[in-house]
Order: sequence, then C-alpha cells, then structure tokens
Amino acid sequence: MNPAVAAIVERVRDAHASGRPLRIRGGGTKDFYGETPTGDVLDAGTLVGAADHEPTELVVTAPAGMALVDLEALLAEKGQCLAFEPPRFGPGSTVGGMVAAGLSGPSRAAAGSVRDHLLGVTLISGTGELMHFGGRVIKNVAGYDVSRLVAGSLGILGVIVEVSIKVLARAQAEATLRFDCKPTEALALLHGWGARPLPLDASAWWNGNLIVRLRGASAAVAEATRTLGGETIPPAAAAPFWESLRDHTDPFFVAADDAIAHQDATLWRLSLPQTAPLLGLAGDELIEWHGAQRWLATALPAAQVRDAAAAVGGHATAFRTRDKSAGVFAPLTPPLRAIHERLKRSFDPKGILNPGRLYPGL
Amino acid sequence: MNAPLPETATRSLAERSRRQAEVVGALAGAVPAHALLWRREDTVPYECDGLTAYREQPLVVVLPETERQVAEVLAICHRLEVPVVARGAGTGLSGGALPDPLGVTLSLAKFNRILAIDRTARTATVQSGVRNLAISEAAKPLGLFYAPDPSSQIACTIGGNVAENSGGVHCLKYGLTLHNVLKVRGFTAAGEAVEFGGDSLDAPGLDLLAAVIGSEGMLAVIFEVTVRLLPVAETARCIMASFADVRHAGNAVAAIIAAGIVPAGLEMMDKPMTAAVEGFVHAGYDLDAAAILLCESDGSASAVEEEIGRMADVLRACGATRIEASESEAQRLRFWSGRKNAFPASGRISPDYMCMDSTIPRKRLADMLIAIAEMETKHALRCVNVFHAGDGNLHPLILFDANDAAQLHRAEAFGAEILELSVAMGGTVTGEHGVGVEKLSSMCVQFSPAERAQMEGLKRAFDPAGKLNPGKVIPSLSRCAEYGRMHVKRGLLAFPELPRF
Repeated sequence: MNPAVAAIVERVRDAHASGRPLRIRGGGTKDFYGETPTGDVLDAGTLVGAADHEPTELVVTAPAGMALVDLEALLAEKGQCLAFEPPRFGPGSTVGGMVAAGLSGPSRAAAGSVRDHLLGVTLISGTGELMHFGGRVIKNVAGYDVSRLVAGSLGILGVIVEVSIKVLARAQAEATLRFDCKPTEALALLHGWGARPLPLDASAWWNGNLIVRLRGASAAVAEATRTLGGETIPPAAAAPFWESLRDHTDPFFVAADDAIAHQDATLWRLSLPQTAPLLGLAGDELIEWHGAQRWLATALPAAQVRDAAAAVGGHATAFRTRDKSAGVFAPLTPPLRAIHERLKRSFDPKGILNPGRLYPGL
Repeated sequence: MNAPLPETATRSLAERSRRQAEVVGALAGAVPAHALLWRREDTVPYECDGLTAYREQPLVVVLPETERQVAEVLAICHRLEVPVVARGAGTGLSGGALPDPLGVTLSLAKFNRILAIDRTARTATVQSGVRNLAISEAAKPLGLFYAPDPSSQIACTIGGNVAENSGGVHCLKYGLTLHNVLKVRGFTAAGEAVEFGGDSLDAPGLDLLAAVIGSEGMLAVIFEVTVRLLPVAETARCIMASFADVRHAGNAVAAIIAAGIVPAGLEMMDKPMTAAVEGFVHAGYDLDAAAILLCESDGSASAVEEEIGRMADVLRACGATRIEASESEAQRLRFWSGRKNAFPASGRISPDYMCMDSTIPRKRLADMLIAIAEMETKHALRCVNVFHAGDGNLHPLILFDANDAAQLHRAEAFGAEILELSVAMGGTVTGEHGVGVEKLSSMCVQFSPAERAQMEGLKRAFDPAGKLNPGKVIPSLSRCAEYGRMHVKRGLLAFPELPRF
C-alpha cells in the first residue's frame, strides 16, 4: 500500500479504536468554513502523487493532497479546465478540500457544480476501510452514487484519498460585457437572456454594475455580443476580474472581510431560486449565478437573514463570520436530520471524522 | 389429475393468501376499491418490467391517486412490514420494478399531471408519473425542453428516470437526469414527507438528492419532480460518417473530444447493426462501412455551421471513407431513424436478444468491438453493436433463441464476459439501465465486500427496515460467493499498489 495512504488508514483505525476525533485538513485554506473544527489534525496534504489526465476521456484522477493550482496547470497544458471554477482561497487549496467543501465558482449556473463533475472517489471510512465508488466514466449507474454524496460533506463521511473528475475543453471563445443597472434590472435582463439559446456563462452584479461573461463557440459568442449590447471589457481586464470573484479577492469580499473584523458583520451566502426577488435586507450585496447565489455582508441577526431566504424557497449559510452561535448551515427538517445521523453512523460509527463540522452533533 | 403439491408449497400458498388478505384489508381503508388489485388476472400486467425474462406476481398492486394516499399506503406497509416496490411505466430494462412476491407494487401511474412550468425560472414541476417526452412537449410553446432523452421517452416516466438516473443520446452535452433535476418530493419508507434538493441550485447538508437519483426506488418513494428546462436550440445538424475499420472509428470519437468539441450526440453502429437497421428503416446507410458514426451539432445556425465544419475536418483526418452532413431536418431525422430503431430492428433478425449496457473509456471502444467479435466465435452467437460512443456507453445486443436452453445459457455467459471485460478496462457494468436484478451478480465483480456493505449502510440510513424495493442493486454475500468470480481490481491510478480487500 502507498505509505501515505497506509499511514492515514492506520491513524483512522487508531482513532476508531480510541474514539479520539480527527480533524481532516488539506491545505487549511478553508478552516474558516463550516462549524469550528475540533480534534487532532489529520494531514491529508500527504496524499500526493501524479495525476492521471486523459484529455480524450475528459477525465482526470488526482490524489486528494494535490494542490488545486497544480491540477489546473496540468489541465491547461492540454487546453482543458475544471468547468465549475472551484474557489482557491490560497495556493495551498487541495483537490480533496475542493470536493469536501463542494464550492463552485462564477460559471456554476451554466456549467454545473463540483458534484456534477465528480465521477469517482476513493475514501477511507471512519472504520479505516479503503473504498472506491464511481469511476472514470461519465455514465455509471452501478450501485448508489456514493461518490457524489461525498461532495460538500465536509469530511464527515470519510477521508478523501483520490478523486476522478470530469474535465472540459476551455471554451473556444469568451467575451465579457458590462451594463450600468440597478439589481432589479440586472435580474430582469439575466432572466430574459436565460430563456434564449445564448452562450450565457457567468454573471455578477455589484454596486450598479452588471458584468456578464459569454462562453462557447466563436460564432455564438460573437453573435451574442452583438445582440446583448453593453460595454465590452477587454480580456486583459476581464480575466483578473473573474479570477478575483472566483477566489474571493474582489473588492466586495475585501470589504466584507473588513466588516466582519470591525463591525461584527457576517458574510452570508444566500442560495436562492434564480428568480427570487431582492430580499431587501440591509447590507452590501453581490449577486452571482444569474440570481441564484447572493452574497450579503450584514450585521443583521442570523434569524432574520435565514427567514428571508427560506421565505423565497432558499437557504442561507454563514459563510465567513466570527459568530457561529446560530449555526453555519440552515437547519435540516427532522426527517432529513434523521437520515443524516444514520448516514454518519454508517460511514463513521464512532463519530471520529470531522465531528460537528457540518452540523453540531453530526 | 394434478399432482398434489408438496406440503411446504401448500403451506406457503396458504401463508401467502393469509398475508394477502391481511394487506388488502389494511389498505382498503386507505385507497378506493378500484385502486387496489390482488386477483391474479388483475396483477399479471405488473409481473415484470421491460426485462421480461424475470417475472413475479405481486401480493397486491395499489394505485394511489393522492399524496395522502401514498403516505397512508406506506405507513400501513411499514407497520405490517410489507416490502414496497414503486413502479412508473414499467419500461426499465434491468428488472428494477420486478415485484416482490410478498410485497406491494406501488404504481404511481395516476400521478400524471404537469403541475407548473415556470418560463422565467426555466423549470417544470411535474408529478412522477408524467412521461419524459410530455415534459418537452408541454415546454415547447415556451421555447424550452427537458434535455435527458432516453430511447423510451415516449413511454417512460420522470419518476422512473429519477430512479435510474437515465441518460439518452444528448447526455454528453446536456448531462444525465442527475444534472437536470433540482428537487424531488416524496416519502420515506415509513410514510414521512421528505424533500431532496430545492428550488435553489443547492440545499443545506449532505447532497441527498445525488444519492436518491439513480437509487432504483430503494431510498424513498417519489411523487413530484422539479426539472431544469433549457432553451431549444435554433437548429441541429447531423453528420453521418463511414469508416472502413472499427479502429479508425474509435479513434475518430477520441479525436473529436480531444479537439474540444462536445457534440450534441455521438453514436456508433457496427456493420451487422447497420445492416439490421437498414433492412428495417431503409434510410440509405452505407452497408460497406465497418462502422458508422452519427455526430450531431446544435445551437445557432452560424455556430452549428462552424462546428459541423470542425467535426468534418476531424472525421476526415481520422480516415472517414464517406461523410454526409444533413441539409434538412427530414434528412437529419432519417440519419437518426436507424439508430433509434436499433432495438426493434434486432428483434426482427433474431427471436430474442440480450441488451448489455456497460460503459468503458472511449479509447477502448475499438478494443471492445474486436473482443466482442472473438466472443461471438467462442459462444457461437451473433452480436450487433450500437454505442453511445461519445460517453463510452455500449449496447451490444446478443442475438439468441430463448427456446433453446443452451443458447440462453451461452448468451448469459457472453453477456457476463462483456461486463467483466468492461470493468477490467476501467469501466462499469451499467451505464444507464441500472442494476435491478439483472446485474446483481456483476456487482460482485465491480465492488468489494466492504463497498457493498457501505451501500447497504446507505440504504438503511434512508430505509432502516429495508422494505423499499428489497433485493435489488446490492447483491447478498452468499450470492457473490455462489457467483464465484472475484472482484476485478480496477486501476487505482495514483496508488496502483493499493490492495482492494
């Protein structure tokens, strides 16, 4: 057995025997995310090795400890990419952390999420059992889709050892357009465009600006650029903008960090139906995913934000905050909570893997 | 005179009648009389699904008409510890809806209403018994459609599609059921209301929706589905390309993908299949080609023009001997007519056929075709091949005569060999038809005992009593022991030296 994998299996078995919890950590760039981590650090960054990229199969298999930037560089050599644009909160962000956190970037509404692109996972369960689910092929319905259940599970089901991900060719053409508008106008424009077969990819509204990215075949992007109008942002300015939005280094997120530090604000991630109206909550707001993801930096009480999101059929996550007392993630209904508890017990009967990171008591 | 039944059989028949009376009596309070079937002549239509080789008489068939009735039926079955097998249109090809002889078959056929189509949000909320094609038909006046299009889309229901995570020829570009469903509403085995996913793009907690989709009715009973709709493309065109060698055709598939093109459909037929469908539809296929590729592009007229040009260049460079691009919708549909009729055309040239459904890496398509040709000699049976080449999903159709027990036996051995080779090539035993009962033994080859035990654990997390569609998907330990074939090690690429169990 690969020594790094063997060492982790050993650590997990010991923890299973002793009942001492482990806190799984890749690059540590997402330590802020989810409920406060507890337990002895289990360094998954040791799970390194070569990635296996097959451009004609549109698949890459990579060890969990591999740096996300390295994986993306490898794909870029062959003109391919991770279409869901996972955020990199630092150079240390790992492939395993990307899957465990399940976060997707600006292109998510058009290209799909981490989970949508995940094809297979090798993981070590809470009893130290090494298991493989899914595979390297796109169509696969043999057994339950355990691998996709792991996306966004924040390590509570197992230690991710290796993942296989569907990759895509980078778009042939891309264009970024800017419009001056109010948020209501931005939503109306986006929903109108969405109903037409346009190569609409990403969008962001903040502070009176709607920025839209088109991606696709050259003819389609050229055509849509003419149809949509607006001001064309040159690629040299557009690329860093989308990168900063993706990695949360954009001025909106910098200001949010400041508000968290000095005004007891929380950065909320509101996941709403795309067509939900503006919630009218006080604070600074950035709208992505054509209305489906809205970032809100506010000092309003958690219950008020949660209720407003729930009222339109969405949910709110306290994404970055100094106060996690109201819970980071929206509470589950009792039947779903019961399923979560039984799932946790079946993967990790002693509750030693990232206990409480997703929900207290889970 | 009939031979007397053995004593055990008599006892079990009496036991079954007693149980039937008990269940019918309990359910009679929950649903109207016409929604409850138990006489043999009434339950016969439910004895199998699209996989007709497996048949069982259900104890009772119940056809509830309201959510409340579904909840009550489930609660009663839960209390009486009766297995429940949910059923849509019964078009599944792996026996996923095969009745349990001591269970209730819960038909959702009466849940056939489209509840809402939201043009702005581009979603449709429909009851689970709505047919796949009916969604696209209802959305068409709004310029929208539902992308996953399994071949059975005229008949199959969205609830069944969710249970099987169905694909179709468009899934390379537009994704599987999983990628196009936002939310499902249903009940747990105990009859508790649950909602998986949501109207937003994600839901809090673990992604239970991902687990429920493709779970073959074993985790929950679903009565309502919210799907994503897409704008209908302005136009579509299809290229039909001939190859003199299956290797060239296989390489062309890889080359198209490597060129960064994601075709709206990319299908392959081998020579015997082409001959069979030509005899059926008379579409003018190239009967001399060793393999034919159908390669579709959709989008705006100019984008399609551009993509068709790029695809034709790649196909030519890969040695295509004939390339024809459709110039009209009628011609495009004619190109597809043979592919769409592959199954009935096979039924015409053979009394029976067995349809396989494994997936392999695209680059192995030609290797697989060559291996299948060798297996034809070994098992003394013919096999015709259609592939969803773009995603490596194979549908070899093994031709045989079920009236000849030896042929049936050889066909089964032939099929098992294809599945095992698929796993060894790094693929999977089922790409879109599901495990059901048909591929239970093959699951022993693909998954280790620990992996199968974990799947059972997942099942019990949703259904602690194990009463939803029992006996499907996860083979028992004893079954795997009897099957006698080892779990095939797949290449764990970064850690090739890892032991698997």
